[in-house]
Amino acid sequence: MKILSLKQVNLSLNGRKILQNLSMDFWKGRVHAVVGPNGAGKSTLAATVMGLEGYRKVRGEILFEGESITNMGIEERAKRGITLAWQEPARFEGLTVETFIRASAREKSDAEIQRVLQVVGLNPDEYRNRAVDRTLSGGERKKIELASILAMRPKLVLLDEPDSGIDVASLENIFEAIRVLRKDGTTVVLITHSLAVLAQAEHAFLICDGTLIEEGPMEQIRPYFEDKCIPCNHKNIPEIEGEEHGDE
Amino acid sequence: MSELLKELNMDEALRDPDTAHLVIERNRVVSSHWVQGLEVKTEEIENGVEVSVRVREGTVITKPVHFCFGVTHKRALQRIVMHVHVERGAKIAVLSHCMFPKAEDITHVMEADITLDEGASYVYREKHIHSPDGGIEVYPRATITLGKRARFATEFELIQGRVGKIDIDYAVTCGEESTMEMMTKISGRGDDDIKIRETGYLVGERARGVLTSRVAVREHATAEVYSKLVATAPYARGHVDCHEIVQDQGVATAVPVVEVKHPKAHVTHEAAIGSVDTKQLETLMARGLSEEEAVEFIIQGLLS
Repeated sequence: MKILSLKQVNLSLNGRKILQNLSMDFWKGRVHAVVGPNGAGKSTLAATVMGLEGYRKVRGEILFEGESITNMGIEERAKRGITLAWQEPARFEGLTVETFIRASAREKSDAEIQRVLQVVGLNPDEYRNRAVDRTLSGGERKKIELASILAMRPKLVLLDEPDSGIDVASLENIFEAIRVLRKDGTTVVLITHSLAVLAQAEHAFLICDGTLIEEGPMEQIRPYFEDKCIPCNHKNIPEIEGEEHGDE
Repeated sequence: MSELLKELNMDEALRDPDTAHLVIERNRVVSSHWVQGLEVKTEEIENGVEVSVRVREGTVITKPVHFCFGVTHKRALQRIVMHVHVERGAKIAVLSHCMFPKAEDITHVMEADITLDEGASYVYREKHIHSPDGGIEVYPRATITLGKRARFATEFELIQGRVGKIDIDYAVTCGEESTMEMMTKISGRGDDDIKIRETGYLVGERARGVLTSRVAVREHATAEVYSKLVATAPYARGHVDCHEIVQDQGVATAVPVVEVKHPKAHVTHEAAIGSVDTKQLETLMARGLSEEEAVEFIIQGLLS
């Protein structure tokens, strides 16, 4: 059963086409990956589905559970069960890990806070009263963001580069969280250019230059991505005079 | 007053024989209790109370001392004149509650002079609870002198009820190897008017000072924060950190001033003023909070 469909989605940023005629179907309860080189439009796709500021002037249509969400704001999309984990999670001065997780938790009990922290490999006694600020490493904040998503129990989650800033030893915690999300019935969309993360998916979309190149079972997409995309230097970073640009 | 003390869970502290306390309503001492090594004299004056606190040499007061200054009337002037002397090696922590729950036209003035002798420690946490309608003007003034290796830490919090008008003016002179930390957290809305002036003089060798302010202004509230650190001694170290969130038609000004008059001293500053961070806001909204809930959540975090 389809949970999310993009129909001929186009998005331009700073006068440049970033997403071009993207049509994709995501299936309920499955783990999908969106792969492609840096600058392919992967993070833009995630921001567009979430409806972030600056990513809403979309041509085409986005359907969630059969309902058009194209003109909806973030809050409305989140209330329907969509959420996003940022590549670089925000810091929250003064907010404790527990308060942050509790804010989005469907079940706000202490046991639930403990459960989700344990899933991502953080000791609840050590972390629940720490602030979600600069005293935590990028990897720790990433895990805490993932814990908040586990507590939210969304219908669909977009995980943007879930392994970025995560050390090798902690990678298994991230993969375990993905497994738990799937077990809870959440559709997971992994935005990645990592083969290790791609390997967690059942189905993958390969995009380049904001265009869908291929889709299919992960095993089918992986060799193409590994052989053709990883060595490729092609980038699609918007160019504007006097400004520096990040990944996408 | 007793109802308010109950609300603050202070009634229990007031019954504890090992916990010192002083409760002042307008210009009347309602209740007081002292512990060994802590000498307090109070004198009721026309519009308030003059209080002299002396912590005897070497005394370590283990349980925080509770002060409660309040006015339960709608209109009044309350003036608290406070003299504090913490003698050599003595240590005291004070939790101070200032409550004006029915304020319509109240002026609260605090004039304090505080002296810490060598190795003394004074930690002062002041929490204000105002009425939801404003109608109050608060003028805390303090002059603080720190002796060698003394430690002074203060936290001023006004996040419950409306601010009304507040004008804080603190000046601290830090002696050799002493440390000073001052933190102010205020949340304004409506036509609240916030002024914070904090100055630290790092005059002793290896003196340390940090001035931190966290302010949120919403609706038409205004805030001006002047934080100044002057270092005149070798190895003096200081930092000024000001963060203000502005929403609606609020206006915030931050003026961090660092003045270094010795080549071996070092003082830094950071100031950030702006709306709520977009990524923070979008993260919380992506978890299902409304924009208003998310803004409130972020501000409460900043002021927590």
